[in-house]
Amino acid sequence: MKKSKLFSLITLVLAMLMVFVACAPAANNEADPTEGKSDAQVQTPADKEDEPAAEPVTITYCNFNSSGGNEETLAKMVAAFEAAHPNIKVEVETIGYDDYFTQMQTRVAGGTAPDCYELNIENFAAYANKGLLAEISGVDVSALNETALNAFNVGGKQYGLPESFSNVILIYNKDLFDQAGVAYPTDDWTQADLQVAAEKIRALGDDIFGIWQPITYNEFFKVVAQYGGALLNEDKTQFTINSPENLAAAQALVDRVLVSNVQPNAVQQGGMGDWDMFMSGRLGMIPTGIWAFQTFTDNCDFEWDIVVEPGSTQKATHFFSNCVVMNPETKHPEEVATWLAWLASSTDSADIRLAAGWDLPALKDLNALSAYLDITPPANREAVFKSLDYLVMPPVIEDYALMSDIIGQKLAAAAEGTITVQEALDQAQAECEAQIKLG
Amino acid sequence: MKKSKTEKLRKQGSGLLVASPFLLPSLIGLMIFSLMPLIISGLISLTDWNGLDQLMQPGFFKEHFIGFENYKTILTTPEFWKTLGNTAEYIVLYIPFMLAASLLVAYLLSRPRKAIGVFRVVYYIPVLTSWVAASLIWKSVLAPQYGALNGILEIFGIEGPGWLLDEKWAMPAIVLVSVWKDMGFFGLILLSGIVGINKTYYEAADIDGANGWTKFIKITLPLLTPSIFYVVIVAMINSFQLFPQIMIMTGGGPNGATQVMVERIYQYGFRYFRMGYAAAFSWILFAIIMVFTAIQMNGQERWVHYDD
Repeated sequence: MKKSKLFSLITLVLAMLMVFVACAPAANNEADPTEGKSDAQVQTPADKEDEPAAEPVTITYCNFNSSGGNEETLAKMVAAFEAAHPNIKVEVETIGYDDYFTQMQTRVAGGTAPDCYELNIENFAAYANKGLLAEISGVDVSALNETALNAFNVGGKQYGLPESFSNVILIYNKDLFDQAGVAYPTDDWTQADLQVAAEKIRALGDDIFGIWQPITYNEFFKVVAQYGGALLNEDKTQFTINSPENLAAAQALVDRVLVSNVQPNAVQQGGMGDWDMFMSGRLGMIPTGIWAFQTFTDNCDFEWDIVVEPGSTQKATHFFSNCVVMNPETKHPEEVATWLAWLASSTDSADIRLAAGWDLPALKDLNALSAYLDITPPANREAVFKSLDYLVMPPVIEDYALMSDIIGQKLAAAAEGTITVQEALDQAQAECEAQIKLG
Repeated sequence: MKKSKTEKLRKQGSGLLVASPFLLPSLIGLMIFSLMPLIISGLISLTDWNGLDQLMQPGFFKEHFIGFENYKTILTTPEFWKTLGNTAEYIVLYIPFMLAASLLVAYLLSRPRKAIGVFRVVYYIPVLTSWVAASLIWKSVLAPQYGALNGILEIFGIEGPGWLLDEKWAMPAIVLVSVWKDMGFFGLILLSGIVGINKTYYEAADIDGANGWTKFIKITLPLLTPSIFYVVIVAMINSFQLFPQIMIMTGGGPNGATQVMVERIYQYGFRYFRMGYAAAFSWILFAIIMVFTAIQMNGQERWVHYDD
């Protein structure tokens, strides 16, 4: 009995040893990896070209954005890049959006992240602030839109390149405007004009609503900017969630549901999606992303067009961008930087992207996009670019996801009428202060 | 002739020796995928690890060690008690409802009738359906205005609630879906219990002139208690780990009414980058499940009858 117990114990210990050995980091012959990590900068000397063409270098690139339809577009881009850069091979790995960020987190923590990969703006902030990204330098990125470029610049260092962008415009149902006898919106409209039109359209029928604008965190940070407010003070050291401007913004959003009811509440909406409501001809206006164009073109049997979103004291429009970043532990920083810069800013890549109708490259020179403007509907497609003049960036902080969840939950409660708008913002302010350290 | 005790044990010992090489593969699997993560998560729960920094760096643990700070924070935040309350609400509604439904399924399926095999498959289908698909379908069934359920209620002149959109009705709606999904599985376990009951008891009862209900209460139910006990323990553990249906149908809403522990653990670990906190949260969850299971194990003598 004793013997067998001892034996199984030895087996256990041996097996555990094996496991630990297998999991230990590969021979620690590199310098201490913590060294200089917070200041992850990779030098990319440009004068290495004089070496004769050596073995092609293979770099790995992970992305989520091409999954579900654009895998081949990305493959075309890679082929075009490799043709122009015979010394670099790009190995692409595409992971669906739902799994991407948990996978990437595990890989980064395990030290097996790819040479370069894609991040959305929220995760970019968390990764950059934790010193997990390398500065991308030594490549020409002057073709990129400056607002977009700045979004991925932390403390003067370019940790990410904007790879694509999309924004939000106001889409309206022309037929409903005609029926209600209201003039079509223009790019100069304000929230007050919008409210008047929404009320007239609401009067057309029990099932017809003026507007649908989600009362969520994502919508809120933009609307507060339209009212001259912000969620954080300028140097991002304090929350200003319950400021008077923000209160006015939130009140306007909530009143549309609870007071004027130009926007359906959850029960009136009855589980129907917002796009479905618009496409079924029951919504006068919907502020939504330019990625809705194709779906609306295919499914609306009425006329529709777009304008720049109305503001209140000022205009403010959404801007979404994904960026590409470099792993500081890559062995080929130059090649990675070359690939990323080509992917984000070259006209070759932009052409392939536009031809496939994927998303828009974040380029400064919009002439490259002229083909895009010719597609109708919407007739007023220029509003997409006019909107870029009023971009607001999300208030990116390290604990972005936590802040957005707290604010989102309180807003939802206010929209249901379970708490007042004032209470919602006060509670959000208090909870953010308690749970998040700023600066 | 009886073998001596030591001889018997020696034989067992050599049996283990022979079995070891065969056990080793699954033992290693258990070690890598269960035991190691268990130990490591215990260590992580004592740190402020953000889930992104490389764990294997030398000196990492020392630098990030914060003692039982995570545990203290969790137990003193109202959020934890709220999620615990939501979980309790789920359990109180789910266990009796599920038990009644599973018993009914088991009882119906135990009666000889035509095409019984078809019925058994039909009741088991929800168990095989993925939670994601089932949740999405139920989400549309439970839609307040255009959903099938409220449509049916309307025929009877009842105005259905907002279900998943209503703070009061969201958890009952989740319970409803969970019962639908689980009753086939638990029903099958109870069915095997019913089938295993010795027929002579029923024959004796027939001679005594007992009716169907009396037979169910006096014979079936008492002799089914071991199966019921197993079902309750498994259901309880599953309830504490409630996650996919919440994640897809409500995302913790409306207004946090369906926030439960595993949902919080996921959010903290993978969205808020507070892996140490999430690890501590999961250990607290483990402790709670442990305590409840121990209580049930100790209490079983009072109501579980094993038919020897």
